[in-house]
Amino acid sequence: MNWFSLLFGSEGWGSLLLEGAVVTILLAVTTVPFGFGAGLALAVLKLSPNRVVRGLCEAFTTFFRGTPDLLSLFIVYYGLQALIDRVSKLIGLSSPIELNAFVAGVIALSVVAAAYSSEVWVSALKAVPKGQHEAAHSLGLDAKKTFLFILMPQLVRIALPGLGNIWMVLLKDTSLISTLAVIDLLRAASEASKNTTRPILFYSAAAAIYLVFSILSGVLQSRLERRANRGFA
Amino acid sequence: MLDTLHDSAAALLNFEMMSRYGWRLVDGIWITTQVVTLSVTLGFLIAFLVCRARMSRNRMLSGAAISYITFFRGTPLLCQLYLVYYGAGEIRPLLTNLGVWWLFREAFVCCVFAFSLNTAAYQAEIMRGALSSVPKGQVEAAAALGLSQFRISRHVIWPQAFIVALRPFGNELIAMIKSSALAAIVTLLDLMGETRFIFARTFDFLIYVYAAIIYLVIVEIIRRVWGLIERSCSRHLIVATGETQSRGQDEGRICRAGRHGLSHGGAPQGQRA
Repeated sequence: MNWFSLLFGSEGWGSLLLEGAVVTILLAVTTVPFGFGAGLALAVLKLSPNRVVRGLCEAFTTFFRGTPDLLSLFIVYYGLQALIDRVSKLIGLSSPIELNAFVAGVIALSVVAAAYSSEVWVSALKAVPKGQHEAAHSLGLDAKKTFLFILMPQLVRIALPGLGNIWMVLLKDTSLISTLAVIDLLRAASEASKNTTRPILFYSAAAAIYLVFSILSGVLQSRLERRANRGFA
Repeated sequence: MLDTLHDSAAALLNFEMMSRYGWRLVDGIWITTQVVTLSVTLGFLIAFLVCRARMSRNRMLSGAAISYITFFRGTPLLCQLYLVYYGAGEIRPLLTNLGVWWLFREAFVCCVFAFSLNTAAYQAEIMRGALSSVPKGQVEAAAALGLSQFRISRHVIWPQAFIVALRPFGNELIAMIKSSALAAIVTLLDLMGETRFIFARTFDFLIYVYAAIIYLVIVEIIRRVWGLIERSCSRHLIVATGETQSRGQDEGRICRAGRHGLSHGGAPQGQRA
């Protein structure tokens, strides 16, 4: 069969690849709020006056930034499963709970993204001048409002380039999930190439789709940055 | 209760597993070292060419270099690795005719091949950034002094670019060490591969934690050594007053995260002040 019908024909593998691509995007997009959110929380804790809290958060970041992403994912994925098994045994559940692979993937990616993004958030938090807090306080804003309306808009502007980089890494890291039980884009390409013995065709197709995602992300990122910086010369 | 405690203590320090499989980890570290050293070195040579092409005035050349860089930075390394590893099998007749099949038959060679091409794309961008950070006036001044093209490169541009590139190169080396764990997926028994092997035999989750700690230690050592190199290379740039010096040391640190530090724009960690 020629490559065109292998990809786009009625018996072709194009639809599987597309489904995989959707899973890849879903994985990455679902991870963002959890990963970046947890990263921000970590960053706030890292700046806390409590030494123990600070140390724990630093240790967490150091661990997940210093080990290969693949290994981190394995640790979170298998560790989570082991933990759930233990807990369900403790409460005396007869049938063990199987962790949904997609959910486990999102959790694992979130942990890695949180560790990476917390560094970006920390430097952003440090970059917002102290006077901003004081001004908000003297205007009578409470902590929540200060955070939402004063801190957040400035944080996002400063953190955007760094977060954009982490998004790019995250997008590519989703491919590591293919070694677990999720059929993402790369796994779909693997299935297709195993069944047709045409790995070059299908991995190139997958690479092309990843490339489109990356380029679109780059465009979106520069748009967002321009928007966030519109008040600045 | 006591049983559980005893169990967890035994589980926390699984001596039996380590005495039986510990040497496998050492072998794994050696393979990882080989893969990373070869890839980064070969990648540097390729990056040099790609960087020259990227900065050339020839539209064709620079376009080709941009495509190369975009492709290798925009797609997952695992995808590239599969492309090389499984792709080599598909074009086996061709490779046999070229007389290189015996090379691409080995997972080790496929890994080094894919990793070198990948890191070359990143290193080329580092080089370009460093080279273009040297002020134009330096080149003009050197030319006005009558230095030859080669001498301008050798004695004026490269020494200055080197200092700028040093930290991103360190980050890239660290990123490569971490990425090299992917080799385990294509059956290579590097540190990650041996770890997976041991896990498959013992089902002791702890081995993953041990492996993570080993990676962490390797990365930390490189980070420290790199910090020392950078400080000794840029010692003429550090002002020797108390406050500035301590800040200078702080800036001399390279970040653990590897490629996350190589940001464009305002992310502070990878940028030189």
